[in-house]
Amino acid sequence: MLKQTPLNARHREANAKLVDFSGWEMPIHYGSQIEEHHAVRNDAGMFDVSHMLPVDIKGEGARAFLRQLLANNVDKLQTTGKALYSCMLHEGGGVVDDLIVYFMTETWFRMVVNAGCAEKDIAWMETQRDRYAPGLQILPCRDLAMIAIQGPNAAKKFWQSLPGSEGPTHLMKPFTAIVIGTMFVARTGYTGEDGFEIMLPARAAPYMWQAMLEAGVKPIGLGARDTLRLEAGMNLFGQDMDERVTPLESGLAWTVDLKSERDFIGKDALLRLPVSRQLVGLVLEDRGVLRSHQKVFTAQGEGEVTSGTFSPTLNCGIALARVPVGVEQGDTVAVEIRDKRLQARVVKYPFVRNGKNLLTG
Amino acid sequence: MSIPADLKYTKSHEWVRLEADGMVAVGITDHAQELLGDMVFVENPVLGRVLAAGEECAVVESVKAASDVYAPIAGEVVAVNDALESSPDLLNKDPYGAWMFKVRPADAGDLAGLMDAAAYQAHVDAEAH
Repeated sequence: MLKQTPLNARHREANAKLVDFSGWEMPIHYGSQIEEHHAVRNDAGMFDVSHMLPVDIKGEGARAFLRQLLANNVDKLQTTGKALYSCMLHEGGGVVDDLIVYFMTETWFRMVVNAGCAEKDIAWMETQRDRYAPGLQILPCRDLAMIAIQGPNAAKKFWQSLPGSEGPTHLMKPFTAIVIGTMFVARTGYTGEDGFEIMLPARAAPYMWQAMLEAGVKPIGLGARDTLRLEAGMNLFGQDMDERVTPLESGLAWTVDLKSERDFIGKDALLRLPVSRQLVGLVLEDRGVLRSHQKVFTAQGEGEVTSGTFSPTLNCGIALARVPVGVEQGDTVAVEIRDKRLQARVVKYPFVRNGKNLLTG
Repeated sequence: MSIPADLKYTKSHEWVRLEADGMVAVGITDHAQELLGDMVFVENPVLGRVLAAGEECAVVESVKAASDVYAPIAGEVVAVNDALESSPDLLNKDPYGAWMFKVRPADAGDLAGLMDAAAYQAHVDAEAH
């Protein structure tokens, strides 16, 4: 039996094509994935992301615990509401999950973790809590729904659909959050566009969804969420990294703090293990579509596409690929697609940000 | 889902139309395009290729996945629809208008071995269960 979010009935009314996503019945699209993709790049779209799990860390010593638990340094969070992207590693340096952590008070941090990892993450965090901070509470917020509204007109339409929301949110900087009544509103997302991620009580979610629908916000399925995040150069756990690779070989070195004195789970392994692979962006120069697990042939050896798609914004195949160190931007590589080897160029990613093609400027 | 009565069908969701000039046009059904979603790439067989019945001869890729297209009958490829190269979405918008390729059948009698609309409908229903 698949789990359903509080917005399931809304998706059915909108003729969504529902699929099994990590044990959740979720909309993959509502008709056309490509139209939904463009709606987010050009206007505003909303995603039901209630399958993701907010987890509150509450109690004295929350910061010290997270300093130990996360590869990024929570000491970067000094102002209330500030958010940080981080990986959570195991002792071997592999990625247990990637997440966003919000600093609310010294006794309350909120993390949002991937749906497919939620149970594993909680078990892992509880084990670490028992070791390092037995007094701390780890509280999964299963009664919260989450709606992301994204796109150049997202903020305007959010304010329009929720009277009174503009005042407290219009000055919010990217990667910050505030609490408004029973809502937790963050200026974050997974599309490369402006917008908010709103956590709210499950029973209120259908009303919020309806209000935004009436403000002209299009419902967007997880299919477009994937093409949007890939254009924005954002990693997906389970494809671009997992427990078998370190963040240093997953394009996530920028999220790992190895400079400070701080010790954290997985640090020893990261300092010890050689870095022989890297994550790069690929643009397919021949016609076709890049897909995960396709082989990549470079002058430095073989690699593999970790996430690939057809980019609706760039109108060509794009991918993230894990290739040997030494492969550089501008290099031409070959990707094996069925029985052919097609030509791809190694590029800097993100591919698209705030509606702009970053490859051509 | 539309299944025109004047066409023939395969189990792998191709449709087949006998043209006035004796050539056979091949495309993918409305049901197939709906399952696959927005099309972004079509790779047709080269002109002149001689196909065996059931042979993999083309590929359609949607945002979601790549899918093989099989030759419904034996014959030589005499035309390919170049419009699909720049507009693969025609397969979504007009699945029975957007033919992919045409073959000169090795034996026009082979068409009799394909499914009619009623049989194809039953096949789609059976696959849904």
